Amino acid sequence: MLVIKDLAVKFPSRFGDFTAIEDVDMVIRPGEIHGLVGESGAGKSTVGAAVIGLLSSPGYIAGGEISLGDTDLRTLTPSEAHAVRGDRISMIFQDPQTSLNPLMTIEDQLIETIQAHSDVTHAEALKRAVDLLEEIGIKDAAKRIKAYPHQFSGGMRQRVVIALAICTDPELIIADEPTTALDVAVQSQVLDLIKRLARDRDIAFMLITHDIGVIAQVADRVTVMRHGKVMESGETRQVLGAPEHPYTRALMDAVPPLDRRIDRFRVPEEAPIAGDGPTGNLAEDWLLEGQRSDLLGLKLTDLTVTFAAPRTSIFRKPDPYVALDNVSLTVRPGTIMGLVGESGSGKSTLAKAITGLVSPASGEMRLGDAELPYGKTRSRYHPSRQLIQMVFQDPYSSLNSRHRIGDILEEPLWFYGFVTERAERRRLAAAMLELVGMAPDAIDKYPHQFSGGQRQRIAVARALLARPRFLICDEPTSALDVSIQAEILNLLKDLQSTFGLTILFISHNLAVVRQMADDTAVLRAGRIEEVSSTENLYENPQADYTRSLLSLTPVMPKDWVARGS
Amino acid sequence: MVDWLKRREGVWLFVHSPAAIVAAIVALAIILGAVFAPWIAQVDPYDLSSFSLFDGLLPPVWEDGANPKYLLGTDDQGRDMISSILYGARLSLVIGISALTIAAVLGVGLGLAAGFYGGRFDAVVMRIADVQLALPAILTALLIDGIARGVLPASVQADLRVAVLTLAIALSLWVNFARTARASTFVQMQKEYVQAAIMMGQRPVRIMFVHILPNILGPLLVIMTVDLASAILLEATLSFLGIGLPADSPSLGTLIRIGMQFLLSGEWWILWIPTLFLVALVVSINILGDFLRDVFNPRLR
Repeated sequence: MLVIKDLAVKFPSRFGDFTAIEDVDMVIRPGEIHGLVGESGAGKSTVGAAVIGLLSSPGYIAGGEISLGDTDLRTLTPSEAHAVRGDRISMIFQDPQTSLNPLMTIEDQLIETIQAHSDVTHAEALKRAVDLLEEIGIKDAAKRIKAYPHQFSGGMRQRVVIALAICTDPELIIADEPTTALDVAVQSQVLDLIKRLARDRDIAFMLITHDIGVIAQVADRVTVMRHGKVMESGETRQVLGAPEHPYTRALMDAVPPLDRRIDRFRVPEEAPIAGDGPTGNLAEDWLLEGQRSDLLGLKLTDLTVTFAAPRTSIFRKPDPYVALDNVSLTVRPGTIMGLVGESGSGKSTLAKAITGLVSPASGEMRLGDAELPYGKTRSRYHPSRQLIQMVFQDPYSSLNSRHRIGDILEEPLWFYGFVTERAERRRLAAAMLELVGMAPDAIDKYPHQFSGGQRQRIAVARALLARPRFLICDEPTSALDVSIQAEILNLLKDLQSTFGLTILFISHNLAVVRQMADDTAVLRAGRIEEVSSTENLYENPQADYTRSLLSLTPVMPKDWVARGS
Repeated sequence: MVDWLKRREGVWLFVHSPAAIVAAIVALAIILGAVFAPWIAQVDPYDLSSFSLFDGLLPPVWEDGANPKYLLGTDDQGRDMISSILYGARLSLVIGISALTIAAVLGVGLGLAAGFYGGRFDAVVMRIADVQLALPAILTALLIDGIARGVLPASVQADLRVAVLTLAIALSLWVNFARTARASTFVQMQKEYVQAAIMMGQRPVRIMFVHILPNILGPLLVIMTVDLASAILLEATLSFLGIGLPADSPSLGTLIRIGMQFLLSGEWWILWIPTLFLVALVVSINILGDFLRDVFNPRLR
């Protein structure tokens, strides 16, 4: 049983000690899965690192108690701590790509770990390793154990990581975002495995995640953290269904539900958006005046994109890799088309084909009445370069970190020749910042001075300053915390209805797409599985694949919600 | 400078790094001395009338038989060692910095374009770079020297020694810049801000120089300092071997070559003082380069 009392962790810095977490209390019983949720910077991972004794230097435990069973983890000598680590406490990391050694076979890694913690012969260790792999659901384990990590898929690799974690029969496993890098189908298998291990082997799990759905699905108890402090703790059903703390309530409000559509998310401090003050109006008027053309739709017919595969023979050209296979899709003018699919399904390739970053092999793309030329044949002055704009996934890489916000925002204005006068451009850029809910004085700052959500707002402002008629949002919120995600989704909805944009909204998150899209298309391995109106697709899925996606997405059971909303 | 060295983070690191402070003081003192050589030096080593053979081979002041007028002694021609060194360092630095500038412009330009366009252009540029790497700098210098002698009329050849030397050094240094710029450009090409610029239809030249270049300046700045030391050493090597500057307009390398003749005859200072001076300059620039790399690459700290 893990008991944490009044735990505080500090990081000394030049400007005095920074308190990462304080007053953290937690009890995890054997066989219990204890969820630890919170947004980035909440200190979730710091709790885990403090327990396992791997706080990154120069952090240190400033106070409190951590004990596992009757062992006080804080008083251990380094060598004793080393023995406890792995033997009684194990850890599962987020990325199975990097937590296995790529140069060692699975067999070697498992046997090494087993022999490090118990005095057994090689043959015995091997037998235990094979049994373990069988237990966690790897078929034909005696043979597969000879393989290297790269010969396993992502989900299989995460299973191997779990096997490594349990091969010493630990009492406690700390799982830090164990399924964040995985697709929903694989995620649900890994979650099932964690659940089974907790039940069968009586292992206590500390499950660190930002995903409320995952918590709802597997955790027995949950602790909500924010800014290094515990906000609320209790049984999962009670905390998520009837939260008591205002922060938990706000957090739950921001989580997009899969089973219904809500028009606007309730966000704690409703940011003033659109038409607030004279300068915001300036940007709004300017955008409305730009609506010379009517609403624009997009029609893709039999679009196929292939990539050259690596050459395996000098005599024969390799068969190309087909990223998109005869994709036909119609985005109706003035609507939002949602595009969902797992990683590698070709979502981003589709966006790149439309924007001209990738040349299709065949097929036709039409924006309104005009045909879109393929990638490199599209001239730099083609009108679509202005009409189609994109909001990217990663707000940390989509803004040039060496340019001021003002320069970034003014670029489309002079580039497309909208405003020739410099002072006027600046005024409009500042007004646009206000329109997307930011202070106009941001114009003189650099991107690194803003948070992820603020940067995404800036990215939206840049897209709007091109006066687009068609906006592609490629996973615009997947790098953001849920409360920020709710704000950005609200903003996009407002802008879409005010300025009559047509939007292609790409996401792997089905719940988010349900909130945003009028129509939804499901993409799988480069093929469209199903297209339909969003309501219809979620309520009455036709394709088996859509059905399995919907059923595997972790959500909170409906009957948990105690309040009438 | 790049974001004012990461918003004073660099300044803090600098104040807390004794090695960097000492290196900066040494390098700065030498560079200032070289820049203001005509005002500091008591003798102009290029002006035969300013020194006399009668003062030849005087040892430094702490040895017997020294003349206090010449703190570090004189060479066989009676030139003041300090003055020779200051003028020599001046020439070395001029050649080093101009060679570095040429190499940086050529290398960064080609590297950026190779990284941006990729494909065949990239392959051609990088194969040329490989060939260049296979040729030792001395060979390149000899080649250019030979061509210059063959093509240019004899009357201008003496005046063009510095230019020939600079070009030879620049040609052997551009590869470093090209490779670093290309690798960093590849990384930036994956960033979404570059894709956004390409999507807009901006001109490639603007994307390369306005968008990408400021983002890859960090590693290039590091290469620049380290390569400045290489350029000065290369110049010294070439001059030492006699391919570089002649004895009547001596650089540090030429001074060392002259000093070699006195190595066994007891006048050690003629060799050792310019050598120590060169070592101090190169080592301090290298320490500064290492320090800059640490500032730009926090993972190495």
